[in-house]
Parts: sequence; structure tokens; C-alpha cells
Amino acid sequence: MRSDLVLRVIAKLLIPFLLMFALYVQFHGDYGPGGGFQAGVIAAAAIVFYALIYGLAAARRLLSDRLAEALLAAGVALYAAVGLAGLALGGNYLDYFVLGGDPVSGQHRGIFWVEAGVGLTVAGAMLKLFYLFAARGREVER
Amino acid sequence: MEALIVNVLLAAMVLAIVGIAGQRNLFAAVVLASAYSFLMATVLVALDAVDVAMTEAAVGAGVSTVLLLGALHLVGGAEAKPLHRPWLPLALAAGVGTVLVYGTLGLPAFSDPEAPIHTHVVPRYLEEGPRETGVPNVVTAVLASYRGYDTLGETIVVFTAGAGVVALLRRRRREEKEPRR
Amino acid sequence: MNAIASHFSYWATIALLVGGIFIVVARGNLFKKLIGLSIAQSSVYLLYIAPGKLIGGTAPIVAEGYATYANPLPHVLILTAIVVGVATLALGLAIVVRIREAYGTVEEDEILELDRAEGPERPRR
Repeated sequence: MRSDLVLRVIAKLLIPFLLMFALYVQFHGDYGPGGGFQAGVIAAAAIVFYALIYGLAAARRLLSDRLAEALLAAGVALYAAVGLAGLALGGNYLDYFVLGGDPVSGQHRGIFWVEAGVGLTVAGAMLKLFYLFAARGREVER
Repeated sequence: MEALIVNVLLAAMVLAIVGIAGQRNLFAAVVLASAYSFLMATVLVALDAVDVAMTEAAVGAGVSTVLLLGALHLVGGAEAKPLHRPWLPLALAAGVGTVLVYGTLGLPAFSDPEAPIHTHVVPRYLEEGPRETGVPNVVTAVLASYRGYDTLGETIVVFTAGAGVVALLRRRRREEKEPRR
Repeated sequence: MNAIASHFSYWATIALLVGGIFIVVARGNLFKKLIGLSIAQSSVYLLYIAPGKLIGGTAPIVAEGYATYANPLPHVLILTAIVVGVATLALGLAIVVRIREAYGTVEEDEILELDRAEGPERPRR
């Protein structure tokens, strides 16, 4: 894979667009199909693509195991924190209407941060799963 | 016309399943499973479920196939020839299928606007949802706002799966220096 | 004839479900069983979403000029179900990989024989 010129060039062209598309799907989930889950998977797929073409070690230099595990936990923590913010500002747990000036902007804000948390966790999980399965074979062969 | 497209795609999916059941080469089974997921995503678009189709294409046809191939590389080989002919499971499957088909005769017909599923709470979500949350995509509004607790639980499930696979497949430093058997 | 056309989606769902469960029951390879299990899970998505479709309607994204929308509630449930399905598939595959490393095989009958031969002691790893 590493020595095939066509694959490397196409990967370099496609991966930035994949990441942009993941961000687009994340933030336009309100107005079209999309949201946190799809965006997280597409972002993880971009990194998996990079790992397939350039090697697992190169992908680990780009996004280490620790960072993937941190993303995995950070998403859940962000979601729970949005709930606690609702509690702190006077409503019940996971109430969004207290988060902004008027209820609708509060809902916007709540939905934005909640979907961001979901996207982070899903991206971290899919990437970590790929790293674990791909690295296992390598170490057994040694 | 739309019903015809949906039914043809469903028939293709049933053919893919028959292929997977009979196929003994595991790599071919994984490729057929990926094709099945793509067909499922297309059927979901034909059924106007665009969010679900995107998720199924990304997760079912994308990540599932990557994980299956990664595990196949570690597990390897092909399926052994079955020792017994599967007459009892086939009979059981046919029996259960017949009973279920008899049960579905009482369900509403395909695309019936008077079905109970369309007349209970859904008109309220479709009318009030965009007004109360400011989000035109009703699926995102229900997922993130009205049913936010369920999505929190689902995010925790994804986290638990990641943590579980880390616990199962992590290598401790000490073991890397031992010679393999 | 009309009954067939109006209920075909249910029957295809049943065929997929029964096919998936047949693969789980009748095949001895653990890897194949996992594939069959994920197929049975995905057939249920159709069971939920097909009744929500309205011919002449559109996706449940409220916009000007559209009157009928598909039913959004099953979409929400099935979004969760898809992600949970892949999470369980990942865990199942990790367990199959560990079984392969401990027993050397993933065929169900060979594993049972190894267990019976060795006695109820734990495999080395």
C-alpha cells in the first residue's frame, strides 16, 4: 500500500474533503439529514483510510491511542455536563430552555453541544476499535 | 412505483442472506454482509428515512465491515463443513416464519395514512417540534431534545463498548517481551 | 394479489429475521454466527421503519411546500438501535478473537471437544 503512487495521491486528495464533510454533517444535522453519529463515523473513517494507505504507525503519530481514548470519554462527559448546566441554571437535568435568553435559543445551544458530545464519543470509539483490531495481529506475528 | 422499488430491493436482500448462509468462505460472507448493508441503506432512502439511511450506510456498511475484516484477519480460515444436514433448523425456521406471516396479516397495509402509528403523538411532534426547538429536522429535534435521555444512554453504550474492547484486546507491556508459543 | 403487495415488506422482514436466526442456529462457526446475529438485528429496522412510510410524503424535515412527512419516531428509535448493534458486534468480535487465541479454533464443536478433553481447567491465556 505504501508504495502505490495512485493510492497515496488519491488519499491525499480525499482525506481533507472527508474531514470537511464530517464537520458539515455534524453542524447541518439541524437542517438536513445528519447529526453526531454520522459525523463521528465519517471522521473516524477518514483516519482509518489514512491508516490503510500510510500505515498504522503513521496514523498513530497523527492521532495517538491516548487521544482516541480521551475523545471517547470527553464526549460522554460533555453530554452529562450539558445536563448539569441545565440543573445549575434552574431547570431539571437536561433541560435546554434555561440555557439561553429565550427558550428557542436555549434549545439551539443545548442541541448543538449535545450533538458535539455524541460526535466526539462515536469518533473516538470507532477509531479506538480500529486501532485495537489492527494492532492485535501485528503483535501476535512478532 | 415506489412500492415496486422497495419490494425489488427487499427481494435482493433476501438473496444476499441466502448467499451468506450457504457460503463457506468467510471473506465472501463478509463481502455479502457489506452488500446487504448497502442494500438496506438504499431501501431506507426509498422509505424516506434519510437520517437512518445515512447512519446505516456509515455504521452498518462502513464500520461493521472494517471490524469484521479486522477480526477475520485475526481469526482466519474458512468455515468447516457442517456435520449434520440442517433439517431441524430449517423446519424450525419455516415454522416460525409461517406463524409470523400469519401474525402480520392483521397489521396495517403498506403506506396506510389511517394506521395508528400516524395518528397518535406524531402530528404533535411534526407541528410543534420545529416551533418549540427551532430545528427543522424533526428527527434531530426528537433525538437530542425530546428524547435526550435515550441519546445519553446510547452514548454511554458506545463508550462502554469501546471500554470493553479495550479491556479485552489491550496488550500489557510485560506480555510483549514474552516469546509467542 | 393486493394482500401480497400491501404486506410484502413485512414478509421480506420476516424472511430476513428467520434467515439471520437460522445462520445463528445452524452454523457452527462463531464468526458466521455473529454475522447472522447482526443480520437478524438489522431486519428489525425494516419492521419499524416500513410502516412509517407514506407514499407521496417526504423525509421528516419540515420545509415549505410539503404537507405529508414520513413518521419520525421510528427513525429515532432505529438510529439508536443501529449504533447499539455495532457496539455489540464489536464486543462479540473481540471475544471471538480471544477465543481463537485461547483454543486455536472458532468452530463450536471443536471448542466443546477441547473443553471436554482438557477438563474444566482454564485455558492458558
